[in-house]
Amino acid sequence: MADQKKTPWWHSTVDAFDTFLRVPGTVTAKGAHVRDGIDLKRVMIMVVVALVPCALFGMYNVGLQTSLTYGLEWGFWQMFLYGLVRMLPLFVVSYLVGLAIEFASAQIRGEEVNEGYLVTGFLIPLIVPVDVPLWMLALAVAFSVLFVKEVFGGTGMNIWNPALVARAFLFFSYPSSMSGSSVWVSKTWVPTLKGVDAVSAATPLAIAHDGGMDALSAQYSFMDMFYGFIPGSTGETSVVAILLGAILLVWTGVASWKIMVGSIAGGLLVGWLGQIGGATTLPCYYQIVMGGFLFGSVFMATDPVTAAQTETGKWIYGVLVGALAVVVRLWNPGYMEGMMLAILLMNTFAPLIDHCVVTASINRRAKKIAKA
Amino acid sequence: MSNTLDLKKGLDIPLKGAAACEVTAKVLPETVAVKPTDFPGLLPRLLVKEGDRVLAGSPVISDKTNPALLVTSPVSGTVAEIVRGEKRKLLAVLVKTDAAGEGVDFGITKNADTDTIKDVLLRSGLWLSLVQRPYGVIADPAVKPKSIFVSTFSTAPLAPDTDFTLGDRFADFQAGIDALGRLTDGGVHVAVSKAVYSKTPFHKTENAILHVVSGKHPAGNVGVQISHISPIQKGETVWTVSPMLVAAIGRLVSTGKLDLTRKVAVTGPKAPHPSYVETIPGAPVKDLVQAEEGVRIIGGDVLCGETLGPDAYLGFFHDQLTLLKEGTEREWFGWAKPFRPKVHSSSWCYFSWLTPGKKYEMDTNLHGGPRAFVETQCFEDVTPMDIFPIYLIKACLAGDIEKMEKFGIYEVLPEDLALCDYVDPSKNEIQAIIRKGIDLMIKEMA
Repeated sequence: MADQKKTPWWHSTVDAFDTFLRVPGTVTAKGAHVRDGIDLKRVMIMVVVALVPCALFGMYNVGLQTSLTYGLEWGFWQMFLYGLVRMLPLFVVSYLVGLAIEFASAQIRGEEVNEGYLVTGFLIPLIVPVDVPLWMLALAVAFSVLFVKEVFGGTGMNIWNPALVARAFLFFSYPSSMSGSSVWVSKTWVPTLKGVDAVSAATPLAIAHDGGMDALSAQYSFMDMFYGFIPGSTGETSVVAILLGAILLVWTGVASWKIMVGSIAGGLLVGWLGQIGGATTLPCYYQIVMGGFLFGSVFMATDPVTAAQTETGKWIYGVLVGALAVVVRLWNPGYMEGMMLAILLMNTFAPLIDHCVVTASINRRAKKIAKA
Repeated sequence: MSNTLDLKKGLDIPLKGAAACEVTAKVLPETVAVKPTDFPGLLPRLLVKEGDRVLAGSPVISDKTNPALLVTSPVSGTVAEIVRGEKRKLLAVLVKTDAAGEGVDFGITKNADTDTIKDVLLRSGLWLSLVQRPYGVIADPAVKPKSIFVSTFSTAPLAPDTDFTLGDRFADFQAGIDALGRLTDGGVHVAVSKAVYSKTPFHKTENAILHVVSGKHPAGNVGVQISHISPIQKGETVWTVSPMLVAAIGRLVSTGKLDLTRKVAVTGPKAPHPSYVETIPGAPVKDLVQAEEGVRIIGGDVLCGETLGPDAYLGFFHDQLTLLKEGTEREWFGWAKPFRPKVHSSSWCYFSWLTPGKKYEMDTNLHGGPRAFVETQCFEDVTPMDIFPIYLIKACLAGDIEKMEKFGIYEVLPEDLALCDYVDPSKNEIQAIIRKGIDLMIKEMA
């Protein structure tokens, strides 16, 4: 009791900054006497590092799309700087609101502050339209951190991916700021564009949804979409940048390659079925490079907390995420991006998948022993 | 006749300070401690008082629930002190050794029958070297086990080289195996390391079922071997014995005297001269090794050994001491630095994989703060058993007996999941969780 009195009420916050700067001096008290150098801070920072190529390319692409759509003659650095300046407030709001709630919750629970939000806070600005009003973003972040993470007990206990729920919150609460063909290209912060009406710049996904392969190839080539010179959420457009991140995640073992490969395989399969069944004129591999499919497969579906945890379960989970996402894209009259809902739905079913895998394994073992 | 078992999963922790294969000292200590705390589950009843004379093999402590279980003195001498802790808990009986070196003659001949072997093992105190699975408690003399398992090698960090410690005592080892064979109808399973198969004397073991095992730690753990060779089901019992104690049993049945002399490996980054010391259990640690200030002395290996203070005594099962620096220093920006050459990590988030042969001067720092489970794939990578570690761990946390049974609680001891402690980025105490689960099983199943 005497010890407890000595620690000030804000100790979670103090500890958070202290251990951020220096490794804690705690020594092992029970169990193994030596421990691996890895901790959750390192794991989380790896995901943020993996997201950096997407973020950098996204910033450049924000400027590029504005410049192209409104006929501004910007150079490379002007495009990048516009994107950087436009994106910074989103990151600041995302981290300020999210971390404030994280710190407060840790304080209330009397625990150390968890690192999970380092990743979530970086993901959210990359998966929303760049011109989303900051108050909406703040609201979405607050909702998601409070009701998706903290009420379940914080990082490691949540059922759904908090970043995706923030996006879903925005999508269903403020559809006019989140969908349609005029939200994807930023114009709000260009002084010369004041009073100019927003020019419609549909994403490839929307074009293909309405006009099929012919309309799409008239505007964007496959390589445009592969490199990412297309309108869309900031982080999702470039396949190259996402693959760089994917290589780091798989290399370090932070994210499961089984989920990534499974998801792509599921997407290709349903895309192919849709093509031969006449639901779409797009070749199946277009499904992978368009919209948020790849970004979701690499960075969102692989979240170790909300994904399936058994090895077989990861395959099933991955394939179903990819397959469902393309099913929503192809057989759906209004809404053309299925990745967000596919992942959230599979997050819900991940424990069920694991339960089936584990039960099957136990039964198999029981049979094997009964025979022996 | 031999069976091969190649295990792919696991991890060898690259710790500095392996013992050189030489005996640098022979220590017959002045005082020896007989400790009931070495034996999990033993309820001690004191059989001697201060001033009593004891011989090597004389009973000192018995078990309250089963008086046939005896803890005996490893030396001859007089009882000098009874050490008690809180609530008068019996911690140790200190015996002052005399030069006579007299031992009780248990009067056993080589071809004794099962009952005689059992009786002599119980009277000599060596029965306590038989560990029962499930639960890792003292074997029940009333039960006939399904089989008995002996792993002749250890893959634990800096573990003693049994070829060196027991190479000259192979006859004892064989005699021990023969005696153990009388205690079960299922035979004695002996695991031999594939890496040293042709060099080790153990591959010549007779009257046993040989298994050739290869793999990283915990391939040498007897529990892992059992789970592949003949998994333990509910209601079954298997006994395990360490090779060092098999040799002691062998010497007992061939000479009729209790002789617990052993070569103890003094290892670790902070050991002044990593090498072997010949001594007996109960020897004061300070007679065996001098540690600097701020060094932790561990009885056993770094994964599942117990912390021994400077005034502690070597345990009954210990054949290794590991010396580590207490890692109280705080490293600036530890987790954020791209390179940390002094810290080992099995995760590819760091760069230890670039230097696979490098040995590290590890300390006892936790390298992080405790968190909820996030990354759990790493547990499976270091657990070469047909179980789902994370589900077993969670069942233990929840105290759900039915689930613990399903997920394989009968097959594991904390030592088999010790590597999970090491690799977990969330710094959970996996061994303690499993221990708690096993304790609950013992309580509920009794």
